[in-house]
Amino acid sequence: MSVATAPVVPVVAAAATPPARRRTTSEGERPSLRARVFGWVFMALVALYFLVPIYWLVVASTKSTSDLFGTPGFTFAELNLWQNVVDVSTYNDGIFWRWMLNSMVYSGLGSVLMTLISLASGYALAIYRFRGRSAVIALVLASMLVPQTVLAQPVYTLLVEIGLNNTMIGVLLPTLAYPFGVLLAFTYATASVPEEVVEAARLDGAGEARIFFSIGLRMLSTGAVTILLFAFIASWNNFMLPLLVLSDARLQPVTVGLSGWSQAAITVPGLQTLVVVGALISIIPIIVVFVSLQRFWKSGLSTGAVKM
Amino acid sequence: MTTTAAVPTVARTSPRRRRGVGGGQRRAPYAFLAPFLGLFAVFTLAPILLAVYSSFFQVKRSGLGFGGDNTLTFVGFDNYVRAIGDSGFVAGFGRMLGYGVVQVPLMLGLALVLALLFDSAVVRWKPFFQLSVFLPYAVPSVVAALIWGFLYQPRVSPIVEGLHAMGVPVDFLAPGTVLWSLANVAVWSVTGVNMVILFSALQSVPREIYEAARIDGASELRTALFIKIPMIAPSLVLTFLFSIIGTMQLFNEPMTMRAITSNISGDYTPNMAIFQTTTLGGDANLGSAMAVVLGLVIFVLSLVVQKATNRKRGAQ
Repeated sequence: MSVATAPVVPVVAAAATPPARRRTTSEGERPSLRARVFGWVFMALVALYFLVPIYWLVVASTKSTSDLFGTPGFTFAELNLWQNVVDVSTYNDGIFWRWMLNSMVYSGLGSVLMTLISLASGYALAIYRFRGRSAVIALVLASMLVPQTVLAQPVYTLLVEIGLNNTMIGVLLPTLAYPFGVLLAFTYATASVPEEVVEAARLDGAGEARIFFSIGLRMLSTGAVTILLFAFIASWNNFMLPLLVLSDARLQPVTVGLSGWSQAAITVPGLQTLVVVGALISIIPIIVVFVSLQRFWKSGLSTGAVKM
Repeated sequence: MTTTAAVPTVARTSPRRRRGVGGGQRRAPYAFLAPFLGLFAVFTLAPILLAVYSSFFQVKRSGLGFGGDNTLTFVGFDNYVRAIGDSGFVAGFGRMLGYGVVQVPLMLGLALVLALLFDSAVVRWKPFFQLSVFLPYAVPSVVAALIWGFLYQPRVSPIVEGLHAMGVPVDFLAPGTVLWSLANVAVWSVTGVNMVILFSALQSVPREIYEAARIDGASELRTALFIKIPMIAPSLVLTFLFSIIGTMQLFNEPMTMRAITSNISGDYTPNMAIFQTTTLGGDANLGSAMAVVLGLVIFVLSLVVQKATNRKRGAQ
């Protein structure tokens, strides 16, 4: 995994390095035995804390409702995973998969659009000198401080006003302007799209749009994946707005749906198991994406963080 | 999408563009920025203005006994007076203050210690440990609250069971503890992303600086305390600021955990009060006033943090 971090950003590459470095401190000396023992014990406890809830979720997903309440939580009981998956898929006419699909639309389509819009904006701010440029940069920086969930109520009021409440578009559109993405794209474009290249393309007669789509986007591809990842997580996490906007259960994302099940489980006992299995299924796609794109969030953030 | 629409326009002006900095090149940045600025205007600026506007009105039922006619009446600061007079709404702020004072330093402290350890040679297996710390960030906060909710419940949780067996009668969902149980969910969720930001900042510090400290005979701990931490102060301020903003907006976790405990009221956090007033209470105008108040509080808080840290850095 350390290999993967190497080529993207020099800063990160400097850290992942020859074997000799691994055992040495930043001062070039081997840490004392006491320090290393402390390191192991501390990290083991930390990993335990962060991984145990996910491990519990995996174990609990394989249990029947009676075993969920009747057997020790951290050990496997009779394997009931398949039955649970079938139950989750068939409950309420299979609404769970409808929620998953909705989430894919909100977050999948949403994050792609968020990324494209951010890249276009960041590229424009980095490549061109134009009137209002510094005002736009100030606006982007200031809007990072706008509390997103506090906006949910006003956005909801607006959507009611323009008749977009209880529609998928009404949940999708408000998330698309993503200041954090613009800021990341701006730093990436400043660092990785040389003005000479743009100038050369112009001399060859390429239009501005073509330069962006065929040259700019290609040079920004690493940054694009990082923005995509953060945009995806941000929109997958979106909860208050859909909760306000969507009264139709068939339009809800999986987070809202599961939360509803969890509330209903007070009176419907079997639902507890469905909440557990549903929660596991809902995080599998995002964890797969996360682990496979590791080198992007690691390297991408360092480019962004340096300039922030 | 507006970008694609702009393509033909740019193409048409291309002959003019050849004569130096022409129309296309002059117009292009605006075309590229148009989608962001347009969406920002409609879904960030407009809602803010609308919220401020509607916070000065109230729906009043007029017509005697005919039922239907509701009219929007200008009421001045009436909604604000009601919002600030709402003891539940105000109590939510107090709760978030207490929560933030504990959760933010704890979480950032852990993130900082982890970032420093990952930057040193004390820790082995770095990729594995880094991933374990960061992984919870990928779990949506609602799902995180669901998982921890099970781990807090006496009948399901192996943790509660284990502690009881050891003679520790904990109740994670009692009125006095549930706030800290919520804080734990947040620590679990966001330590990773803060660690990565701080770690990236540490990695970008030129190594020669440490070399100088080593020659001066500084221990690794001293280097961390007196060189590394000051070097990444801007990133620390940034993460601190975002953590405070995040704290004041707390909604997803307590809303989800309401399903398993009655000790989280419908107006437990300011955001929940806004939600409850708007939906169950059916009073969007009062909800808007509350949203404006919360927005202002967060704005003032972040200004204070920035001012305080600027002054501190200026003094050094």
